[in-house]
Amino acid sequence: MTDANSAGPAPLEPLDASTPYPVNPANDPRRSPDFGVIDGLAEEMDRDDSLEMFRRMALTRYFDLRVQKAQLDGDVDCFIYLAVGQEATPAAVSMSMRGSWVLGQHRCHSIYLSFDGGPMALADELLGLPTGCCGGLGGSPPINDIDKRIIGHNGLVGDQVPVAAGVALTSGGDKVVCFFGDGAAEEDYVLAAMGFAASRDLPLLFVCEDNDLSVLTPTVERRTWSLTNVAEGFGMPAVDITDDPWLVDHWTRKMSENLPALINVRTCRELWHVGAGCDNNAEWNRYELTKETLAGMQLAAEVEKIETETSKFVEDLWRERLQKRSEILPAGT
Amino acid sequence: MARTVAETIRDLTRGHIDDGGIVIGQCLTAVGWVQNTIPPQTKGIVELPMTDICGSGIAVGAAIMGKRPIFVMRFQSFLWLNASPLVNYAAKSKEMFGYPAPVFARAIASESDGSGPLHTNCFHSLFMHMPGMRVCAPMTPKEYEAIWADYVAGDDPFMVSEHRRSYKSEIEFEDQIEDGAEITLYAVSAGRFNVEDAAEALREQGIRCNIVHLVWLKPFEVDARVLAPLKASGRGIVIDSAYEIAGASQSIAYDLMLATGCPVKAVGQFDRSPGVAKHLENGTPTAERIVEAATSMIKDG
Ligand SMILES: Cc1ncc(C[n+]2csc(CCOP(=O)(O)OP(=O)(O)O)c2C)c(N)n1
Ligand SMILES: [Mg+2]
Repeated sequence: MTDANSAGPAPLEPLDASTPYPVNPANDPRRSPDFGVIDGLAEEMDRDDSLEMFRRMALTRYFDLRVQKAQLDGDVDCFIYLAVGQEATPAAVSMSMRGSWVLGQHRCHSIYLSFDGGPMALADELLGLPTGCCGGLGGSPPINDIDKRIIGHNGLVGDQVPVAAGVALTSGGDKVVCFFGDGAAEEDYVLAAMGFAASRDLPLLFVCEDNDLSVLTPTVERRTWSLTNVAEGFGMPAVDITDDPWLVDHWTRKMSENLPALINVRTCRELWHVGAGCDNNAEWNRYELTKETLAGMQLAAEVEKIETETSKFVEDLWRERLQKRSEILPAGT
Repeated sequence: MARTVAETIRDLTRGHIDDGGIVIGQCLTAVGWVQNTIPPQTKGIVELPMTDICGSGIAVGAAIMGKRPIFVMRFQSFLWLNASPLVNYAAKSKEMFGYPAPVFARAIASESDGSGPLHTNCFHSLFMHMPGMRVCAPMTPKEYEAIWADYVAGDDPFMVSEHRRSYKSEIEFEDQIEDGAEITLYAVSAGRFNVEDAAEALREQGIRCNIVHLVWLKPFEVDARVLAPLKASGRGIVIDSAYEIAGASQSIAYDLMLATGCPVKAVGQFDRSPGVAKHLENGTPTAERIVEAATSMIKDG
């Protein structure tokens, strides 16, 4: 796996190819790494901002790969919902939205870390320690860091969306970002919350992380309608784009000028829905594509430095927390 | 001047709005202002679209933000839909996330008058089953003021099981303890109106009985006030407007039996759907039913 000296995370090896998840079975042309891309956005962004955005992606990737290892090693035995492959969306949205209220659902380590939630509290939560972000009660799904305005999640898919509407209703005008999945989008209460936000003109940005999967069921087997059409039908602006981080950042800034609004982001889940496994190759690898773009901007050395630092940070953190756990919890708990 | 329960709720609500609180619900400003329990104004009132489930989620979000929303459900039948955000989010928030979601959920029970299978309903027992919410059924103006003060002083989410039959009432109930009582009647929700008539009828038959009024269902305090009359009378009945099976009446009867060793029966709605037609109604146990249950218990020794 990863260590402090490696230049980047090792590629993921399929663990169990017997149940490969469907990769774009509908041949939907919108599922592409280029969908909606606007040329020149990466070059337009301040270099330091581009690197900071990549740093947030790297933190999620190294952290979640470390969680994967911890599960394989038997150190973390709760359900884990990893965001490997989906790092770009929360990292990009967070570039202009940190400080807003944030709600996410079960696949949320990426959201929590990008919005500056404390990494130690998340590691502790996964390790079942009382110092976890939910006191060890929640495990993987319920991100929670109220000081950073990150509101917890209870594990029921989409439950956070009406709650986000309630937060936006009473936030005194402060912005709210609500992440959810393409599956959650089908919950009646999610749609009702979108309608409510539109009717009330709430300062709420809906971000659908559309990995085309609800557990293992692809969208084509679940519905025919598109979420962006629905949002537009409710009277709010909506875009449907790929998860290029500069593109996501661009639309986040633009859409947040006129809330409520929806961004549907096409993204790829690399690992199992729940657990540490990996079935087959994702449709594209946004993390590597992002590194390529940065290298094209003569930033390869900076990228390597960020990866080395992040890897070391994550490794040190987990080593220390595992040690801590062995001190406070009796063996076998 | 004496006020009704509805007027009490309305006045507390108006004061809450003046203090910056909000009321959330469906059709609040429509005809009747929810049986005169909502102040006739638009300030502080959030009209929801027809969004059960989502609606209570919105209330929970506002509660997390410290708005202390009063969330109104015009019929308890809507609780099945609205329960999830309340029990899975609001009730767990403090324990799991470290910050409370004190929503004041007003759920209105009703019966008779053709309310039929959907709206003959009283479902407070559902919320006793799950941890994290306090559950009460105030039926008098003073009781309502007391539970409101409790809510404001704490940070727990509340399930307030109201009953339409109480709205026009100005009565303040008091426990009735008699020397030589043969049975103690514990009454919950609208059962409290019927139990007075039942006790009257029992006394006419020469049977003395105690009446103990219960406002708090959870936590249910097994204290001297509730235990002493049971120990003295040797048997009891818990009467509730909700279903018996796995309901408040059985749960409370169990606590009382365990604490005293005396037999305690539960009497609630029959285990069948209520109908619109008079002969198919299935509401709060009537005075006749309570009398019958009491006399058969006494006869059986
Ligand atoms: C209300 C509810 N229904 C069903 C589930 C079971 N479940 C957990 S995750 C999931 C799929 C969610 O898909 P999506 O919203 O697209 O998120 P993703 O897992 O793809 O990130 C389902 C059905 C649940 N946790 N909650
Ligand atoms: Mg999905």
